[in-house]
Amino acid sequence: MTLSSAPAQAPPARSRRTEVAAGIRDSLAAGLGMFPIGIAFGLLVVQAGLPWWIAPALSVMAYAGSLELLLIGLIVTATPVATIALTTLLVNFRHVFYAFSFPLHVVRNRFAKAYSVYALTDEAYAVTAAAKEEWSPWRLLTLQVAFQLYWVGGGLTGVAIASVMPGPVKGLEFALCALFVTLTLDTARSKAQVPSLVLAGLSFTAAIVLAPDAALFVALLLYVLLLLARFAFGVYRSKKDSDA
Amino acid sequence: MPDVTLDPWYLAAVLVTVFAINLTLRAAPFAALKPLRASALVRSLTLWMPVGVLAILAAVTLRGTLIDDPANAVSALVAVGVTVAVHLLGGRRTLLSVGAGTFAYVLLVNLDAAGALAGLF
Repeated sequence: MTLSSAPAQAPPARSRRTEVAAGIRDSLAAGLGMFPIGIAFGLLVVQAGLPWWIAPALSVMAYAGSLELLLIGLIVTATPVATIALTTLLVNFRHVFYAFSFPLHVVRNRFAKAYSVYALTDEAYAVTAAAKEEWSPWRLLTLQVAFQLYWVGGGLTGVAIASVMPGPVKGLEFALCALFVTLTLDTARSKAQVPSLVLAGLSFTAAIVLAPDAALFVALLLYVLLLLARFAFGVYRSKKDSDA
Repeated sequence: MPDVTLDPWYLAAVLVTVFAINLTLRAAPFAALKPLRASALVRSLTLWMPVGVLAILAAVTLRGTLIDDPANAVSALVAVGVTVAVHLLGGRRTLLSVGAGTFAYVLLVNLDAAGALAGLF
């Protein structure tokens, strides 16, 4: 953060229209990715045999892309709500850290503030984190509303496409696996991530051996326990070092 | 298309649970920003958690594909290879990599099915 970004006294009075236009412009690049993935999401909801309204319902209630895709499979197999709760908690835990740099302070209206927090997705975080200038409330809210419209609109488009298709496209559900593979590659870019990957591998292997029917739940749980053990071990070791 | 009969109460419970957890995760840190930021444990988990959670999700979804359709295990592994290759060589454009991997899988799976059908007649 630069010194000049200290409480910008009443940002230069730009018109509401300029700010809304800026927000829409900011939203386009990410929207280009969100809309097609939204279509895939809508297609998958219908192909999985779920009622079509599950697509918009998830996009409003969950509003987190990768989690929504994951939930289709979990709902179809009537996965216990406890497993879904733990999965949601762990998959979206990263959102806890978005608050640290998200420009929520520019939004004054109570309801607008609530929406802004509710709609703090990966994309909203990424775009605001990458932007250099100070945000205005209209620009930020336009960005977030636009994102949700792309996503819900994509889902509904997918639902519509699925309804006119003669039959399901076999194999389309692979998109979710492919998405997680690419996200893993993006987060595993430095050697520092290797220990975490090894612990995740151990957790997954143990889970499919010990609890093949609840592999996701058990693997995630074991992984968190192993990370806690890793943290405790680090504390213990640094304590021992400082004692020596 | 498979028809799934689901208890509306189950669907409602899932939607409400997911909504509550998501909103809590997004809102809580604004209320308790400072202590959270200062916690060494939270900072370590921020750093360590994403890569492993995503790797587990990738592994679990791949395993699901393999179990659902064991006959197409090779296709699934090839499609994972395509996804990785396109992602690393194509400049990490998620949409492109996911599209290429999914297209490869859909193509391989349906070619197999077409081949099997042709074999019947």
